[in-house]
Amino acid sequence: MLPDRSEAWREELRKKNKNKDRIALERVGMPEVDAQERIKHQDVEVNCGLSSEDAQHEAIRCMDCANPTCISGCPVGINIPKFIKEIELGEFVKAASTLKDKSALPAVCGRVCPQEKQCEAQCFYTQKLKKPAVAIGYLERFAADYARENDKNPQIPNISKNGKKIAAVGSGPASLSFAGDMIKKGYDVTVFEALHEIGGVLKYGIPEFRLPNDIVEFEIDNLRKMGVKFETNFVVGRTASFEDLKEQGYEAFFVGSGAGLPRFMGILGENLNGVFSANEYLTRVNLMEAYQSESETPVLKGKRVAIIGGGNTAMDSVRTARRLGAEKAMIVYRRSMDEIPARVEEVNHAIEEGVEFKCLHNPVSYQGDENGRIKSMKLQVMELGEADASGRRRPIPVEGKFIEEPVDLVIVSVGVSPNPLIPSCLPSIRTSEWGTVLVNEDNMQSDDVDVFAGGDIVRGGATVILAMGDGRKAAESMDDFLTK
Amino acid sequence: MNKIIGKEYFSEKVVAFEIEAPLIAKSRKAGNFIILRVGDKGERVPLTIAGADEKRGTIRIVAQIVGASSKKLAALNVGDYITDLVGPLGRPTDIHNVGTILACGGGVGVAPLLPIVEAFKKAGNRVVSVIAARSEELIILKEEMEKWSDELIIMTDDGSLGRKGLITEGMKEVLERENVDEAIVIGPAIMMKFAAQLTKEYDVPTQASLNAMMVDGTGMCGACRVTVGGKTKFTCVDGPEFDAHQVDFDEMMIRLKSYVNEEKVLND
Ligand SMILES: Cc1cc2nc3c(=O)[nH]c(=O)nc-3n(C[C@H](O)[C@H](O)[C@H](O)COP(=O)(O)OP(=O)(O)OC[C@H]3O[C@@H](n4cnc5c(N)ncnc54)[C@H](O)[C@@H]3O)c2cc1C
Ligand SMILES: Cc1cc2nc3c(=O)[nH]c(=O)nc-3n(C[C@H](O)[C@H](O)[C@H](O)COP(=O)(O)OP(=O)(O)OC[C@H]3O[C@@H](n4cnc5c(N)ncnc54)[C@H](O)[C@@H]3O)c2cc1C
Ligand code: SF4
Ligand code: FES
Repeated sequence: MLPDRSEAWREELRKKNKNKDRIALERVGMPEVDAQERIKHQDVEVNCGLSSEDAQHEAIRCMDCANPTCISGCPVGINIPKFIKEIELGEFVKAASTLKDKSALPAVCGRVCPQEKQCEAQCFYTQKLKKPAVAIGYLERFAADYARENDKNPQIPNISKNGKKIAAVGSGPASLSFAGDMIKKGYDVTVFEALHEIGGVLKYGIPEFRLPNDIVEFEIDNLRKMGVKFETNFVVGRTASFEDLKEQGYEAFFVGSGAGLPRFMGILGENLNGVFSANEYLTRVNLMEAYQSESETPVLKGKRVAIIGGGNTAMDSVRTARRLGAEKAMIVYRRSMDEIPARVEEVNHAIEEGVEFKCLHNPVSYQGDENGRIKSMKLQVMELGEADASGRRRPIPVEGKFIEEPVDLVIVSVGVSPNPLIPSCLPSIRTSEWGTVLVNEDNMQSDDVDVFAGGDIVRGGATVILAMGDGRKAAESMDDFLTK
Repeated sequence: MNKIIGKEYFSEKVVAFEIEAPLIAKSRKAGNFIILRVGDKGERVPLTIAGADEKRGTIRIVAQIVGASSKKLAALNVGDYITDLVGPLGRPTDIHNVGTILACGGGVGVAPLLPIVEAFKKAGNRVVSVIAARSEELIILKEEMEKWSDELIIMTDDGSLGRKGLITEGMKEVLERENVDEAIVIGPAIMMKFAAQLTKEYDVPTQASLNAMMVDGTGMCGACRVTVGGKTKFTCVDGPEFDAHQVDFDEMMIRLKSYVNEEKVLND
């Protein structure tokens, strides 16, 4: 049990309501922009956030359990009951700082974490009462947003510098949380980013209707104020080598270079015009702002658009296609609706926005017109067999059953591989057969003792919170390594 | 932000810039390229590093004015800044001593060809270069190419400079008269396609530097994919140079036209 549970204010709050009464309360709903309205904008956030009243009301539901199982579901071990009880008390800024103890970017996590599979899946309500879990994710977002909007001059801790220069490669969530921790420990931290914007997938991948860029920018700005230096347009390994950087005094590196390499299926017609990787499609729209008329970067707009795959990236792509004017936007997924890996909330939002789900179908070829532009796809009809190693039922083709579907845009979203650039520049580190960097899982250190790594480059395509957890763990152990 | 410290028009449609970029000047190799952006709403434009001065900390780029983005770049002057510039990207040319190199450049393709010619010459090869354009005004970097080539053949469509005819005619003459160990071709896709067909007839291993459409240039988006030897490759990280005899140029030309309609709107 966490010691702060026995603090007087917590005891008092617990006594205020009987558990029976707490359980009787309904879970709060998330106010949303109407589906017909929101599909007109790429940058209008779908979820509006809870009001203070709703947040406090929801916080009452939490029973402040003696053995808070929710925490075990959180990859970074946020003290969940504590921040929720702070919300119940009306201490919203405090709640945000409780979140910040473990998570560098709570406003981001509150929006994009798969809560229903993590903390909320372990909540007493889900586990024992078979009722909807406490809305931990909504509350996290509420507290973080409240602090951002109301605590205009957050205290910047006065840190004494230790004079040691270290670098983070890439500026996704892994590196940002690493940088945040290291700057607090007194290091001179520089984050190098290959693109012209900071944030990694948070900027170029996840669309603004789910995660507004302002939110990401705010957190980056806080890091800047704390003294983290950012160098954009800098490809570590090319603009300067690790050797060059060492000569400039960098003593150790954290590699958070992500898993950006898109996979294709290698089927006929995949290089036709109008067949995109999800990364290209989303990068054109989100990073290069192709949805705005002033942007010089174009993006092809389709009327009948198919997205191949069922992950978060696929949902983001299909909903973007709807927003860019697709009359028919469909998800083509080879398993059934039950196996879809994307967050439940995003799947539901996609359905509300008129996305069609063509489950148990798999593309086998694409056909083009005389100008080399895609005009149709041939889909193999699938059925489910026995469970495979991943525990999901395996999709198998139904012999001889195919359908032809007219499309003018296809977005392939069947996974990504780790970015091979860094491993290729550092022969001293080992990689797995999937190209991920191998590290000691206890401290995120690679075979090259100066190089730590985390996030998608170590895990393959994973999640924001896991990337952040890795960044923190690496910060802890790099500090040990440099001061021992 | 990178400062422009030199600007020179090679022709009405081809402009060269010298830009401050000390780290890139130091780490670039022949065959590398950069991606730059002009303005906050600018497109990411790939351009080959046509030369560098490590002491001054500058690189040279040569851009052909074709569409909206290159027009905006051309409008910049000495003292202005490039909004974003990243590099060096792509795999450098494999420079080695093999004997005789046939180096062929069409139009603005001569700019990326120049550092490669220089590197091959310095590596001890005999270098015969053929450069071509529609007419005299479009022939660029003639003196520099002369300096690093053992022989320079110039071809123009209208015969206004050098000999009249297509680049392939100049190449054929060399291939007929002497042993060529390797060739490199850079220029418009259509030119590279026919140049590759020719060297294939003579069994000369040939590299082509592909100017595929790009977005990030770091292997993340797949926009730059081309088919080489039946396999999908990413030009920005697997290239930009590939075995010209294996490249599907027809597919590449179709992909380069992806956005003709969209670009038209921007240019109007
Ligand atoms: C469209 C999409 C939607 C997603 N939705 C969710 C979601 O809802 N919830 C969730 O939890 N997760 C989601 N994910 C996954 C999540 O975004 C990733 O797991 C997470 O961003 C990984 O973080 P990272 O820091 O490891 O790398 P990234 O965010 O990938 O950042 C890596 C950065 O490193 C840069 N880089 C690479 N090489 C170099 C180099 N040599 N030098 C300098 N810079 C370099 C890259 O340009 C990039 O900016 C989604 C992913 C995508 C693509
Ligand atoms: C690795 C690499 C290196 C390159 N190096 C150079 C270089 O050193 N100098 C240089 O001038 N260009 C170079 N290019 C090409 C250059 O990036 C494009 O010309 C540029 O993006 C055009 O942008 P734009 O917006 O001005 O024209 P757009 O508006 O994009 O194009 C206008 C029209 O011109 C056509 N077009 C575009 N690019 C080309 C091309 N390269 N050849 C023929 N037609 C084209 C398009 O089909 C379009 O219809 C390189 C490309 C790559 C991938
Ligand atoms: S398990 Fe659920 S009810 Fe119990 S402390 Fe955690 S959030 Fe509150
Ligand atoms: S330009 Fe994006 S992968 Fe090559």
